[in-house]
Amino acid sequence: MSTNFGSRRIVVGAHYGSRDWLSQRVTALLMALFTLVLLVQLLMPGEMGYYKWAGIFAAQWMKVLTFVIIVALALHAWVGVRDIWMDYVKPVGLRLALQVFSIVWLLGCAGWAVQVIWRL
Amino acid sequence: MADTLKERPVYRNIHVSQIVAYRLPPAGIVSILHRVSGALMFLLLPFVIWLFDNSLTSEISFDRFASVFSSGAGFLPGWFIKLVCLGLIWAYLHHFIAGLRHLWMDATHSVSKEQGRSSAIITLASSLLLTVALGAKLFGLF
Repeated sequence: MSTNFGSRRIVVGAHYGSRDWLSQRVTALLMALFTLVLLVQLLMPGEMGYYKWAGIFAAQWMKVLTFVIIVALALHAWVGVRDIWMDYVKPVGLRLALQVFSIVWLLGCAGWAVQVIWRL
Repeated sequence: MADTLKERPVYRNIHVSQIVAYRLPPAGIVSILHRVSGALMFLLLPFVIWLFDNSLTSEISFDRFASVFSSGAGFLPGWFIKLVCLGLIWAYLHHFIAGLRHLWMDATHSVSKEQGRSSAIITLASSLLLTVALGAKLFGLF
């Protein structure tokens, strides 16, 4: 293992985006599986309505799972939206402003969604 | 030194005004729509959470959630809300299927021109078909 700090720190090369790349795919997989879990519960026998819908999210394990998915969604969207800004917006100041907006937007949405699942 | 820097040719990306002139292959269409659908869902996230909030909080709010699709919300008519939801349904389906295509390509490394083309066409067709089916349900056609 070569030294990678101080004056020997490697500042060029590959793999700079691989963490983002991997996290985007892992979170995608989690959300896809969550979609299946939710679909299966929705297709269970029973009249479609408030009680069935609220019943699904009443279970604590479902609240915890939904919370994980909200965080996964925020991370996933952050990687994707940041890519969009990096591709199309060249002025550094404007790009920074848009990235800050994205973080605020996603954190705000995540907070609201978490409040919805645990308020009941 | 400074002069040679100035003379270096600059190759810009495609300008917005040139987009229409470029004919994208199916894989390119899937790719740009993947991005468009993602951006759409990002921007409409508060709307989705608002629906989620109303649908879950109480029976009264659930009725409000259901009535939004018939009698609208605020100055927005019901059909417009349905149209926005149809857009979200398409965005979710396209993003989902195009994402599965990505994961499949990443996992199997089976990337050829023909497979890229056929899987792109499958992605476009299946997401649109499912959107039409769910849209028909949303607008009460069955």
